[in-house]
Amino acid sequence: MTCKSSVEIITEWDIVAARQLGRNEAKALGFDTVDQARITTAISELARNIYLYASIGMIQIERVETITEKKIVVVASDQGPGIKDVRKVMEDGYSTSGGLGAGLPGVKRLMDSLDIHSVIGVGTTIRAEKSLR
Amino acid sequence: MKQLESQYTKILSDYMVNQTEKNLYIAQNFTRQLIQKSISPEDVVSIHKNAVEQIFPDQMSEAQPAYDFLIEVMVHYGMAHREHQSLLQKQAEYEMEMNIATNIQKTLLKTYVPQLQSIDIGKISVPIRKMNGDYVHFFHDGEDYLSVAVTDVVGKGVPAALCMSMVKYGLETLAYAYKDPSYVLEVINRVIEKGVDDSMFVSMFYGCLNVKQNIFSYASAGHEPALHYRAKVDQFFPVEAKGLLLGVLPETSYSFHEIVLEENDMIIMMTDGVTEFRAQNDLNSREVITALIKANRHLTAQQLCQLLYKEIEKVQNFKLSDDFTVVILKK
Repeated sequence: MTCKSSVEIITEWDIVAARQLGRNEAKALGFDTVDQARITTAISELARNIYLYASIGMIQIERVETITEKKIVVVASDQGPGIKDVRKVMEDGYSTSGGLGAGLPGVKRLMDSLDIHSVIGVGTTIRAEKSLR
Repeated sequence: MKQLESQYTKILSDYMVNQTEKNLYIAQNFTRQLIQKSISPEDVVSIHKNAVEQIFPDQMSEAQPAYDFLIEVMVHYGMAHREHQSLLQKQAEYEMEMNIATNIQKTLLKTYVPQLQSIDIGKISVPIRKMNGDYVHFFHDGEDYLSVAVTDVVGKGVPAALCMSMVKYGLETLAYAYKDPSYVLEVINRVIEKGVDDSMFVSMFYGCLNVKQNIFSYASAGHEPALHYRAKVDQFFPVEAKGLLLGVLPETSYSFHEIVLEENDMIIMMTDGVTEFRAQNDLNSREVITALIKANRHLTAQQLCQLLYKEIEKVQNFKLSDDFTVVILKK
């Protein structure tokens, strides 16, 4: 079973709405408090990137429940400038410079996996997943 | 995680009863274990929350939101912490790669000091960092001719070392013309000018000794002047030649000069790491060097090189500021 819902990111307060949606979904799937906090923080980072660099975009959250697994899928998409060098933004210390701990490598570690699809001038789609263990 | 949690609960409840230093020491050791297992800060808060819940079940309902709040805060700390871990690991990898590169450079730029019967040769070359930006190259033809190139790349570390490999191979292709200092410098200049970044410059002193006739001909590309010790008058004379640094202009010519060596004379060639004392400004580095050599002229060329290094290192409080290279030819 898949259940999708989404939040459009235009103002900074939309980040809060995306967090809330993510936390509710994570809780409903059965993630514990710490993992809820991790998932929410990851969503917050992705939404913030949209707000800061693309100005308009969307956070979509899917709750996937099958017999064999339960997972949350976060898809962040925007029509921003795109990422020139995806490999670079996945390097530690690239976007954070000074260890503020944010950035996409940090999001990847909070979740299980992170995929980036980006086209210059068209936009970026980032898909992050975390399974319930 | 479950096991760690029950251990933590035990340690915490012991502490709540006794509150002794011993309890805290046990806690410290336990923390070591947590770090070793790379338990993140948010997990530690969660472990603590669950432990408190077990020990004081009736107080938890009020405090729980506060703990959840702390978990949220710690998730971000955890991100920073894990990034730090990963950067540390990366650094270790770089260091390993650097060590391999250093060993390769050592092999690539290994200098064999030739053994001649009529000339005593000494050489020392010590890098300030891992990789050496100085290089010494010898050519010789039996007991007839001996050539020495003393080279210094402006800059230190990896870029200097990479550039130096090129200088070395350039020199090696010049074996057919090693008796001609001007020609050698002119060719190496073209090699560097073409092949290396504009910001990279190399200085070189090149000398060729006609062993049978005792004539030392030399040319210099912006290099530190050498010294000629004349035993007969017990004095030092600078061995200088004008010439542009290598790699600046494509067509540069270098003039050569000749001096005659007599019995017990010495030629001392060096890089600026030897003469640039930054520790004491009132010290004249050349005077220090000449005084040392004069007082120890009975030593072999190699012993003199080592003595110079030891003494100059001492003068600079064991903090040399540049790669250090000396070559001594002793008649």
